[in-house]
Amino acid sequence: MDEEYDVIVLGTGLTECILSGLLSVEGKKVLHMDRNDYYGGDSASLNLTQLYRKFRPDQTSPSELGRDRDYAIDLVPKFIIASGELTKILVHTDVTRYLEFKQIAGSFVYRDGKISKVPSTEMEAVRSPLMGVNMDNDSMKSVYEKFGLEPGTQDFIGHAMALYLDDDYINKPARPTYDRIILYTSSMARYGKSPYIYPLYGLGELPQSFARLSAIYGGTYMLDKTIDEIITDADGKFIGVRSGEEIVKAKQVIGDPSYFGAGQAKEGGKMRVVEEDKVIRAICILKHPIPGTEDADSVQIIIPQNQVHRRNDIYIAMVSSTHNVCAKDVYIAIVSTIVETSTPELEIKPGLDLLGPIYDKFVSVTPLYTPTSTGTLDNIFVTKSYDATSHFETVVEDVQDVWTRVVGKDLVLKKREVEVEQ
Amino acid sequence: MAKQYQFKLVLLGESAVGKSSLVLRFVKDQFDDYRESTIGAAFLTQTVALDDGSTVKFEIWDTAGQERYKSLAPMYYRNANCAVVVYDITQPASLEKARTWIRELQRQADPSIVIALCGNKLDLAARRQVTQEEAQKYAEEEGLMWGETSAKSGEGVASIFTSLAKKLPQTAPPPQTRGGGAVRGAPGARAAVDLNSNTNGGQDGCNC
Ligand SMILES: Nc1nc2c(ncn2[C@@H]2O[C@H](COP(=O)(O)OP(=O)(O)OP(=O)(O)O)[C@@H](O)[C@H]2O)c(=O)[nH]1
Ligand SMILES: [Mg+2]
Repeated sequence: MDEEYDVIVLGTGLTECILSGLLSVEGKKVLHMDRNDYYGGDSASLNLTQLYRKFRPDQTSPSELGRDRDYAIDLVPKFIIASGELTKILVHTDVTRYLEFKQIAGSFVYRDGKISKVPSTEMEAVRSPLMGVNMDNDSMKSVYEKFGLEPGTQDFIGHAMALYLDDDYINKPARPTYDRIILYTSSMARYGKSPYIYPLYGLGELPQSFARLSAIYGGTYMLDKTIDEIITDADGKFIGVRSGEEIVKAKQVIGDPSYFGAGQAKEGGKMRVVEEDKVIRAICILKHPIPGTEDADSVQIIIPQNQVHRRNDIYIAMVSSTHNVCAKDVYIAIVSTIVETSTPELEIKPGLDLLGPIYDKFVSVTPLYTPTSTGTLDNIFVTKSYDATSHFETVVEDVQDVWTRVVGKDLVLKKREVEVEQ
Repeated sequence: MAKQYQFKLVLLGESAVGKSSLVLRFVKDQFDDYRESTIGAAFLTQTVALDDGSTVKFEIWDTAGQERYKSLAPMYYRNANCAVVVYDITQPASLEKARTWIRELQRQADPSIVIALCGNKLDLAARRQVTQEEAQKYAEEEGLMWGETSAKSGEGVASIFTSLAKKLPQTAPPPQTRGGGAVRGAPGARAAVDLNSNTNGGQDGCNC
């Protein structure tokens, strides 16, 4: 490891892998390392053995769930918005060659104690009144008042379509909400059943595909490497990383928060990340589709916060063997929300109650970290944790943000030449 | 009508056994003593015509060096129809590595995958360290195809890919019903969505 690199990337989560793929295509010499022996970091998809190793190290997975290789259980519940930014990156980098996508079959919203489809007629109905509005001055509140929309419809617009997690948007200008509604409806129109698509074999395929893109452009990959130290000079500027006895140098380092002190007690050293919120995620293994969803093989269900007297929505994301993520007749649902109390498991109960009998459940409470500095002074660039939103739009925002800081200019996606040689 | 098949083929094996060289020989009939690994190619394709008039198009994936530090992503071989696992006949350790890959494929890849074990650098037979008997016996035990090649002279290269092309249509399910990049956009494909088109993925979205 005597070589010197342009960029060392730590952690193979989706954010880091998109960055190393794009940086390699740009001609940067990239070394990408991960402490785990699998790709994906916090955005990995695990097989049963890995899932049990992570959540219940003292237990082996029950054989009645079937073959290990049939499972790819996501750690973060997110879907890809069909017309969103991640789709653009996938297409522009040609990473779509490595992946196959399917639709998420249904999009549901919880209202007055039961779940119902997000109806397309209603979508059109809310879209038109927004047309005659001064987007940049009028708040959503004034829009709602102007058109006399009742609270249920407001929840529907703000949460099921604009996909806001809380009600903060209400007092802000209407423009971003309008843009989100357009994104939702155009994504919905693209494939028909829901605004979401999903990669076969699980979300973990996404980072792996971008890692391959990076490798094809000369990126070096090392999994299963402990990162023992981030080495800086007297001014605190990045020099290299130490793994055991080895030291690798580079001009810059990018990494997920877990490589920069997240979750560790600080001892004098610089605080590079701070905790913002906590998210609770319950991975539930079911032996049946979710009741009331017309036996859909995959769904998103949004429980708007007002419906259950909370500040943040509860989300349910479910996929199944149609997406090659589990054995036949098994369904994997993840119930999640931003933690508001000291008893987070009670907070997701309204979501769990919709699932019917739960075969097994793996619950985690994860802090969300964000970097304390831009990194431009010390060449240490830290990415953000995967948030509670139901999609990857904020992940792409983070990619664009880090890119600008690392490269010094905005990310412009160029369509890659088709490089299949005959 | 003559049948056309398309299969995803992956190469596996220790670093420097000649994986990329084999692909280069098979696809372009070239060899290079001091080859840098190909930059920027997602995969290469090559078509083999069979005696019965049908054709088999291989979509050939190279490791892009990710295996060097035990970092090959499982998505690489996830829906491969066939794998060529390469060792160097002058390096016994490379056969051990090949065995590890074969175990991994048997554990993680699609159960219908067809595997060919390939002893490369046959032009260096004077320095041979792995006997034909040993490799062939192992291949038989594991139900693998087996052959020796020289990417340098070209000997055996076409024959190992042709043997695979002959065996595949019989063992693997018809490509149209399988997942994976190899058949993406094939006419009559199942309900996958094609991100490169703006319309519903139900129709023929082939952009090649
Ligand atoms: N004599 C001889 N040399 C070969 C043969 N095939 C490959 N080589 C040489 O072996 C070296 C490695 O070949 P590559 O094709 O790069 O091997 P690889 O398996 O792709 O290696 P990685 O990409 O590092 O995993 C090169 O110097 C080749 O020229 C062969 O059949 N005979
Ligand atoms: Mg190679």
